[in-house]
Amino acid sequence: MSVEKPQESPWAEKLRRVHEHQDKAAFAELFRHFAPRVKAFLIKSGASETLAEECMQEVMTTIWRKAHLFDPTRASAATWIFTIARNRKIDALRKQRRPEPEDLPWGPEAEPDQEDVIALQQESKRLGQALAQLPGNQRDLVERAYFGDLSHSEIAAETGLPLGTIKSRIRLALERLRHEMR
Amino acid sequence: MSIKHHLTDALIMAYSAGSLPEAFSLVVATHISLCDECRARLESYDAVGGALLEETGVADVSDASLDAVLARIAGTPDEPRQPVARMKDAVFPAPLRDYVGGDLDDVKWKRVGGGVRQAVLKTASGARVRLLSIPGGTAMPDHGHRGTEMTMVLKGAFRDEEGRFGRGDVEVANEDMEHTPVAEEGEDCICLAATDAPLRFNALIPRIAQPFLGI
Repeated sequence: MSVEKPQESPWAEKLRRVHEHQDKAAFAELFRHFAPRVKAFLIKSGASETLAEECMQEVMTTIWRKAHLFDPTRASAATWIFTIARNRKIDALRKQRRPEPEDLPWGPEAEPDQEDVIALQQESKRLGQALAQLPGNQRDLVERAYFGDLSHSEIAAETGLPLGTIKSRIRLALERLRHEMR
Repeated sequence: MSIKHHLTDALIMAYSAGSLPEAFSLVVATHISLCDECRARLESYDAVGGALLEETGVADVSDASLDAVLARIAGTPDEPRQPVARMKDAVFPAPLRDYVGGDLDDVKWKRVGGGVRQAVLKTASGARVRLLSIPGGTAMPDHGHRGTEMTMVLKGAFRDEEGRFGRGDVEVANEDMEHTPVAEEGEDCICLAATDAPLRFNALIPRIAQPFLGI
Protein backbone atom coordinates (compact mmCIF):
# COMPACT_ATOMS: atom_id res chain seq x y z
CA MET A 1 0.00 0.00 0.00
CA SER A 2 1.31 3.37 -0.84
CA VAL A 3 0.49 6.44 1.16
CA GLU A 4 -0.35 9.20 -1.24
CA LYS A 5 2.21 11.94 -0.90
CA PRO A 6 0.94 15.47 -1.30
CA GLN A 7 2.10 16.90 -4.58
CA GLU A 8 4.57 19.72 -4.64
CA SER A 9 3.48 22.50 -6.97
CA PRO A 10 4.91 21.55 -10.37
CA TRP A 11 6.22 25.07 -11.02
CA ALA A 12 7.78 25.43 -7.55
CA GLU A 13 9.44 22.04 -8.09
CA LYS A 14 10.84 23.19 -11.44
CA LEU A 15 12.22 26.39 -9.92
CA ARG A 16 13.91 24.24 -7.28
CA ARG A 17 15.47 22.09 -10.01
CA VAL A 18 16.73 25.21 -11.79
CA HIS A 19 18.30 26.44 -8.57
CA GLU A 20 19.74 23.11 -7.35
CA HIS A 21 20.76 21.46 -10.60
CA GLN A 22 20.85 24.27 -13.19
CA ASP A 23 18.28 22.07 -14.94
CA LYS A 24 17.74 23.47 -18.46
CA ALA A 25 14.85 21.11 -19.25
CA ALA A 26 12.94 22.32 -16.18
CA PHE A 27 13.71 25.90 -17.18
CA ALA A 28 12.42 25.28 -20.73
CA GLU A 29 9.10 24.08 -19.27
CA LEU A 30 8.88 27.17 -17.06
CA PHE A 31 9.69 29.27 -20.11
CA ARG A 32 6.99 27.72 -22.32
CA HIS A 33 4.37 28.34 -19.64
CA PHE A 34 5.37 31.73 -18.25
CA ALA A 35 7.15 33.58 -21.08
CA PRO A 36 3.94 34.02 -23.16
CA ARG A 37 2.11 35.22 -20.01
CA VAL A 38 4.83 37.66 -18.99
CA LYS A 39 4.90 39.04 -22.53
CA ALA A 40 1.08 39.41 -22.60
CA PHE A 41 1.25 41.20 -19.23
CA LEU A 42 3.81 43.67 -20.62
CA ILE A 43 1.78 44.30 -23.80
CA LYS A 44 -1.36 44.92 -21.72
CA SER A 45 0.68 47.36 -19.65
CA GLY A 46 1.42 49.39 -22.79
CA ALA A 47 4.67 47.94 -24.15
CA SER A 48 5.16 47.52 -27.91
CA GLU A 49 5.73 44.00 -29.24
CA THR A 50 9.49 44.65 -29.50
CA LEU A 51 9.83 46.11 -26.01
CA ALA A 52 7.65 43.38 -24.52
CA GLU A 53 9.81 40.69 -26.13
CA GLU A 54 13.01 42.33 -24.88
CA CYS A 55 11.67 42.79 -21.31
CA MET A 56 10.24 39.25 -21.26
CA GLN A 57 13.68 37.85 -22.12
CA GLU A 58 15.21 39.89 -19.30
CA VAL A 59 12.54 38.68 -16.86
CA MET A 60 13.11 35.04 -17.83
CA THR A 61 16.89 35.51 -17.43
CA THR A 62 16.32 36.99 -13.95
CA ILE A 63 14.20 33.96 -13.03
CA TRP A 64 17.16 31.68 -13.76
CA ARG A 65 19.61 33.86 -11.85
CA LYS A 66 17.42 34.45 -8.80
CA ALA A 67 15.80 31.00 -8.52
CA HIS A 68 17.63 30.50 -5.19
CA LEU A 69 15.69 33.44 -3.71
CA PHE A 70 12.27 31.91 -4.44
CA ASP A 71 10.52 30.93 -1.17
CA PRO A 72 7.63 28.48 -1.87
CA THR A 73 6.23 28.94 1.66
CA ARG A 74 5.46 32.60 0.93
CA ALA A 75 4.65 32.78 -2.78
CA SER A 76 3.53 30.63 -5.68
CA ALA A 77 5.81 30.50 -8.72
CA ALA A 78 3.32 32.69 -10.62
CA THR A 79 3.35 35.28 -7.82
CA TRP A 80 7.12 35.38 -7.66
CA ILE A 81 7.39 35.72 -11.44
CA PHE A 82 4.74 38.45 -11.39
CA THR A 83 6.89 40.53 -8.98
CA ILE A 84 9.91 40.23 -11.29
CA ALA A 85 7.83 41.19 -14.35
CA ARG A 86 6.26 44.12 -12.47
CA ASN A 87 9.66 45.47 -11.43
CA ARG A 88 10.88 45.26 -15.02
CA LYS A 89 7.73 47.10 -16.14
CA ILE A 90 8.32 49.97 -13.68
CA ASP A 91 11.91 50.29 -14.85
CA ALA A 92 11.33 49.95 -18.60
CA LEU A 93 7.86 51.48 -19.08
CA ARG A 94 7.48 53.98 -16.26
CA LYS A 95 11.19 54.86 -16.16
CA GLN A 96 11.17 55.03 -12.37
CA ARG A 97 13.24 53.38 -9.72
CA ARG A 98 11.50 50.81 -7.55
CA PRO A 99 12.41 51.13 -3.87
CA GLU A 100 12.17 47.59 -2.41
CA PRO A 101 11.75 46.65 1.25
CA GLU A 102 14.88 45.56 3.09
CA ASP A 103 15.60 41.85 2.72
CA LEU A 104 14.61 39.78 5.70
CA PRO A 105 17.71 38.79 7.66
CA TRP A 106 17.14 35.20 6.62
CA GLY A 107 16.88 33.76 3.13
CA PRO A 108 14.42 31.04 2.19
CA GLU A 109 14.99 27.88 4.23
CA ALA A 110 17.19 25.22 2.67
CA GLU A 111 14.42 22.65 3.15
CA PRO A 112 11.04 24.38 3.28
CA ASP A 113 8.33 22.43 5.12
CA GLN A 114 6.25 20.68 2.43
CA GLU A 115 3.04 21.20 4.40
CA ASP A 116 3.61 24.95 4.32
CA VAL A 117 4.41 24.84 0.62
CA ILE A 118 1.23 22.90 -0.14
CA ALA A 119 -0.96 25.10 2.09
CA LEU A 120 0.32 28.21 0.34
CA GLN A 121 -0.26 26.54 -3.00
CA GLN A 122 -3.88 25.74 -2.06
CA GLU A 123 -4.50 29.31 -0.87
CA SER A 124 -3.09 30.62 -4.17
CA LYS A 125 -5.40 28.31 -6.08
CA ARG A 126 -8.40 29.46 -4.05
CA LEU A 127 -7.45 33.06 -4.73
CA GLY A 128 -7.22 32.35 -8.46
CA GLN A 129 -10.67 30.74 -8.43
CA ALA A 130 -12.15 33.65 -6.47
CA LEU A 131 -10.64 36.04 -8.98
CA ALA A 132 -12.12 34.07 -11.89
CA GLN A 133 -15.56 34.19 -10.24
CA LEU A 134 -15.62 37.95 -9.62
CA PRO A 135 -18.39 39.79 -11.46
CA GLY A 136 -17.08 41.19 -14.76
CA ASN A 137 -16.87 44.82 -13.69
CA GLN A 138 -14.96 44.07 -10.47
CA ARG A 139 -12.61 41.72 -12.23
CA ASP A 140 -12.06 44.43 -14.84
CA LEU A 141 -11.18 46.91 -12.10
CA VAL A 142 -8.63 44.58 -10.51
CA GLU A 143 -7.09 43.89 -13.91
CA ARG A 144 -6.83 47.59 -14.71
CA ALA A 145 -5.25 48.19 -11.30
CA TYR A 146 -2.52 45.63 -12.00
CA PHE A 147 -1.99 46.01 -15.74
CA GLY A 148 -3.02 49.56 -16.47
CA ASP A 149 -2.11 52.72 -14.68
CA LEU A 150 -5.20 53.22 -12.58
CA SER A 151 -4.30 55.62 -9.79
CA HIS A 152 -4.57 54.24 -6.29
CA SER A 153 -7.43 56.54 -5.32
CA GLU A 154 -9.55 54.96 -8.06
CA ILE A 155 -8.97 51.42 -6.92
CA ALA A 156 -11.75 49.87 -4.91
CA ALA A 157 -10.15 47.44 -2.49
CA GLU A 158 -13.67 46.18 -1.73
CA THR A 159 -13.72 43.30 -4.18
CA GLY A 160 -14.19 40.71 -1.44
CA LEU A 161 -11.22 38.61 -2.57
CA PRO A 162 -10.22 36.13 0.17
CA LEU A 163 -6.97 37.90 1.03
CA GLY A 164 -7.37 37.39 4.79
CA THR A 165 -6.42 33.71 4.79
CA ILE A 166 -3.47 33.96 2.42
CA LYS A 167 -2.21 36.96 4.40
CA SER A 168 -2.46 35.01 7.68
CA ARG A 169 -0.57 32.13 6.12
CA ILE A 170 2.25 34.36 4.85
CA ARG A 171 2.31 36.08 8.26
CA LEU A 172 2.70 32.68 9.96
CA ALA A 173 5.52 31.73 7.60
CA LEU A 174 7.30 34.99 8.44
CA GLU A 175 6.84 34.45 12.18
CA ARG A 176 8.08 30.86 12.04
CA LEU A 177 11.16 31.90 10.07
CA ARG A 178 11.88 34.75 12.42
CA HIS A 179 11.53 32.39 15.38
CA GLU A 180 13.76 29.70 13.88
CA MET A 181 16.49 32.14 12.98
CA ARG A 182 16.79 33.49 16.51
CA MET B 1 8.87 46.95 18.01
CA SER B 2 5.18 47.65 18.26
CA ILE B 3 3.89 49.41 15.17
CA LYS B 4 0.34 50.69 15.64
CA HIS B 5 -0.31 52.75 12.53
CA HIS B 6 -0.13 50.83 9.26
CA LEU B 7 -0.41 51.37 5.51
CA THR B 8 -3.85 51.50 3.87
CA ASP B 9 -5.03 48.69 1.55
CA ALA B 10 -5.17 51.11 -1.38
CA LEU B 11 -1.50 52.07 -0.94
CA ILE B 12 -0.34 48.46 -0.55
CA MET B 13 -2.33 47.35 -3.60
CA ALA B 14 -0.98 50.21 -5.73
CA TYR B 15 2.59 49.42 -4.59
CA SER B 16 2.05 45.75 -5.46
CA ALA B 17 0.65 46.68 -8.85
CA GLY B 18 3.59 49.01 -9.46
CA SER B 19 1.46 52.11 -10.04
CA LEU B 20 2.49 54.28 -7.06
CA PRO B 21 4.70 57.30 -7.67
CA GLU B 22 8.30 56.63 -6.65
CA ALA B 23 8.11 59.03 -3.65
CA PHE B 24 5.22 57.07 -2.09
CA SER B 25 6.84 53.75 -2.98
CA LEU B 26 9.87 54.78 -0.92
CA VAL B 27 7.71 55.36 2.19
CA VAL B 28 5.87 52.05 1.60
CA ALA B 29 9.15 50.11 1.17
CA THR B 30 10.65 51.80 4.26
CA HIS B 31 7.61 50.93 6.40
CA ILE B 32 7.44 47.33 5.17
CA SER B 33 11.13 46.92 6.03
CA LEU B 34 10.10 47.34 9.68
CA CYS B 35 6.59 45.82 9.62
CA ASP B 36 5.91 42.10 9.10
CA GLU B 37 2.15 42.68 9.18
CA CYS B 38 2.24 44.97 6.14
CA ARG B 39 4.86 42.73 4.46
CA ALA B 40 2.36 39.85 4.67
CA ARG B 41 -0.41 42.11 3.34
CA LEU B 42 1.84 43.14 0.44
CA GLU B 43 2.67 39.54 -0.40
CA SER B 44 -1.05 38.69 -0.44
CA TYR B 45 -1.64 41.49 -2.96
CA ASP B 46 1.33 40.17 -4.96
CA ALA B 47 -0.57 36.85 -5.01
CA VAL B 48 -3.43 38.65 -6.79
CA GLY B 49 -0.90 39.77 -9.41
CA GLY B 50 0.31 36.17 -9.71
CA ALA B 51 -3.23 34.87 -10.18
CA LEU B 52 -3.88 37.51 -12.87
CA LEU B 53 -0.63 36.65 -14.66
CA GLU B 54 -1.66 33.01 -14.67
CA GLU B 55 -5.04 33.62 -16.32
CA THR B 56 -4.88 36.73 -18.37
CA GLY B 57 -3.87 35.32 -21.71
CA VAL B 58 -0.73 34.62 -23.66
CA ALA B 59 1.32 36.37 -26.35
CA ASP B 60 3.29 34.73 -29.15
CA VAL B 61 6.74 33.58 -28.07
CA SER B 62 9.00 31.63 -30.43
CA ASP B 63 11.51 28.89 -29.66
CA ALA B 64 14.18 31.35 -30.82
CA SER B 65 13.31 33.42 -27.71
CA LEU B 66 14.11 30.48 -25.47
CA ASP B 67 17.45 30.02 -27.25
CA ALA B 68 18.18 33.75 -26.83
CA VAL B 69 17.45 33.54 -23.08
CA LEU B 70 19.60 30.41 -22.66
CA ALA B 71 22.43 32.27 -24.43
CA ARG B 72 22.02 35.23 -22.05
CA ILE B 73 22.12 32.88 -19.06
CA ALA B 74 25.30 31.19 -20.30
CA GLY B 75 27.00 34.55 -20.62
CA THR B 76 26.43 35.93 -17.13
CA PRO B 77 26.94 34.77 -13.55
CA ASP B 78 24.13 34.07 -11.05
CA GLU B 79 23.08 36.69 -8.52
CA PRO B 80 25.06 36.48 -5.28
CA ARG B 81 23.58 33.96 -2.89
CA GLN B 82 23.60 36.04 0.27
CA PRO B 83 21.08 38.85 0.59
CA VAL B 84 22.59 42.19 1.58
CA ALA B 85 23.21 42.14 5.31
CA ARG B 86 20.99 44.26 7.50
CA MET B 87 22.82 47.01 9.33
CA LYS B 88 21.90 46.27 12.92
CA ASP B 89 22.18 49.73 14.41
CA ALA B 90 21.04 51.75 11.41
CA VAL B 91 18.22 54.26 11.95
CA PHE B 92 17.21 54.09 8.29
CA PRO B 93 16.09 50.78 6.68
CA ALA B 94 17.94 49.77 3.49
CA PRO B 95 15.65 51.39 0.86
CA LEU B 96 15.92 54.77 2.60
CA ARG B 97 19.71 54.46 3.08
CA ASP B 98 19.87 53.87 -0.63
CA TYR B 99 18.19 57.24 -1.40
CA VAL B 100 20.10 59.17 1.29
CA GLY B 101 23.45 57.63 0.38
CA GLY B 102 23.98 56.65 4.02
CA ASP B 103 22.29 56.70 7.41
CA LEU B 104 20.94 59.52 9.62
CA ASP B 105 24.41 61.04 10.12
CA ASP B 106 24.84 61.41 6.36
CA VAL B 107 21.70 63.50 5.69
CA LYS B 108 22.40 66.90 4.15
CA TRP B 109 19.90 68.95 6.14
CA LYS B 110 18.66 72.43 5.26
CA ARG B 111 17.22 74.69 7.94
CA VAL B 112 13.65 75.84 7.30
CA GLY B 113 13.06 77.92 10.45
CA GLY B 114 11.89 77.21 14.00
CA GLY B 115 14.61 74.60 14.42
CA VAL B 116 12.94 72.43 11.77
CA ARG B 117 15.27 70.92 9.17
CA GLN B 118 14.48 69.10 5.95
CA ALA B 119 16.20 67.23 3.15
CA VAL B 120 14.37 66.63 -0.14
CA LEU B 121 15.24 63.24 -1.69
CA LYS B 122 15.54 62.87 -5.44
CA THR B 123 12.70 60.88 -7.04
CA ALA B 124 10.77 60.89 -10.31
CA SER B 125 8.22 63.69 -10.73
CA GLY B 126 4.59 63.28 -9.69
CA ALA B 127 5.15 63.30 -5.94
CA ARG B 128 7.90 64.44 -3.59
CA VAL B 129 9.49 62.89 -0.55
CA ARG B 130 11.63 64.49 2.11
CA LEU B 131 13.14 63.87 5.50
CA LEU B 132 12.05 66.19 8.29
CA SER B 133 13.73 66.81 11.63
CA ILE B 134 11.49 68.47 14.19
CA PRO B 135 12.86 69.48 17.62
CA GLY B 136 11.16 67.83 20.61
CA GLY B 137 8.11 69.78 21.80
CA THR B 138 7.78 71.69 18.52
CA ALA B 139 4.61 71.77 16.42
CA MET B 140 4.69 71.31 12.68
CA PRO B 141 2.87 74.27 11.13
CA ASP B 142 -0.88 73.61 11.07
CA HIS B 143 -1.70 72.39 7.58
CA GLY B 144 -4.38 70.87 5.41
CA HIS B 145 -3.73 68.89 2.25
CA ARG B 146 -4.59 69.19 -1.38
CA GLY B 147 -3.62 65.60 -2.10
CA THR B 148 -2.36 62.61 -0.14
CA GLU B 149 0.39 62.90 2.44
CA MET B 150 2.23 59.97 4.03
CA THR B 151 4.37 60.56 7.09
CA MET B 152 6.48 57.81 8.65
CA VAL B 153 8.40 58.18 11.91
CA LEU B 154 12.01 56.92 11.95
CA LYS B 155 13.17 58.30 15.30
CA GLY B 156 11.41 60.02 18.21
CA ALA B 157 7.64 60.42 18.05
CA PHE B 158 4.87 62.89 17.30
CA ARG B 159 1.27 63.24 18.40
CA ASP B 160 -1.70 64.73 16.63
CA GLU B 161 -5.49 64.40 16.55
CA GLU B 162 -5.10 60.78 15.34
CA GLY B 163 -2.89 59.59 18.22
CA ARG B 164 0.77 58.90 18.95
CA PHE B 165 3.17 57.95 16.16
CA GLY B 166 6.50 56.32 17.06
CA ARG B 167 9.25 54.56 15.06
CA GLY B 168 7.75 52.61 12.16
CA ASP B 169 4.29 54.17 12.44
CA VAL B 170 2.89 55.78 9.30
CA GLU B 171 0.12 58.36 9.03
CA VAL B 172 -1.82 58.63 5.79
CA ALA B 173 -3.65 61.96 5.51
CA ASN B 174 -6.00 63.04 2.75
CA GLU B 175 -7.63 66.25 1.58
CA ASP B 176 -10.25 66.46 4.33
CA MET B 177 -7.79 66.22 7.13
CA GLU B 178 -6.44 69.13 9.07
CA HIS B 179 -3.98 68.05 11.71
CA THR B 180 -1.28 69.52 13.87
CA PRO B 181 1.54 67.08 14.55
CA VAL B 182 3.63 67.97 17.61
CA ALA B 183 6.97 66.27 18.25
CA GLU B 184 7.17 64.68 21.69
CA GLU B 185 9.37 66.36 24.29
CA GLY B 186 12.92 65.06 24.24
CA GLU B 187 14.81 63.94 21.15
CA ASP B 188 14.24 65.35 17.68
CA CYS B 189 11.51 63.60 15.68
CA ILE B 190 12.86 62.34 12.34
CA CYS B 191 10.15 61.63 9.73
CA LEU B 192 9.96 60.59 6.11
CA ALA B 193 7.13 62.47 4.41
CA ALA B 194 5.75 62.11 0.88
CA THR B 195 3.16 64.38 -0.76
CA ASP B 196 1.55 64.45 -4.17
CA ALA B 197 0.60 68.13 -3.84
CA PRO B 198 2.28 70.98 -1.97
CA LEU B 199 1.18 71.32 1.66
CA ARG B 200 -1.30 74.12 2.27
CA PHE B 201 -0.30 75.86 5.46
CA ASN B 202 -3.09 77.66 7.26
CA ALA B 203 -0.98 80.26 8.97
CA LEU B 204 -0.06 83.26 6.83
CA ILE B 205 3.71 83.29 7.32
CA PRO B 206 4.35 79.67 6.36
CA ARG B 207 2.12 80.15 3.31
CA ILE B 208 4.33 83.00 2.14
CA ALA B 209 7.43 80.96 2.90
CA GLN B 210 6.10 77.90 1.08
CA PRO B 211 7.59 78.60 -2.36
CA PHE B 212 11.02 79.06 -0.78
CA LEU B 213 10.86 75.92 1.30
CA GLY B 214 10.02 73.82 -1.70
CA ILE B 215 7.31 71.87 0.12
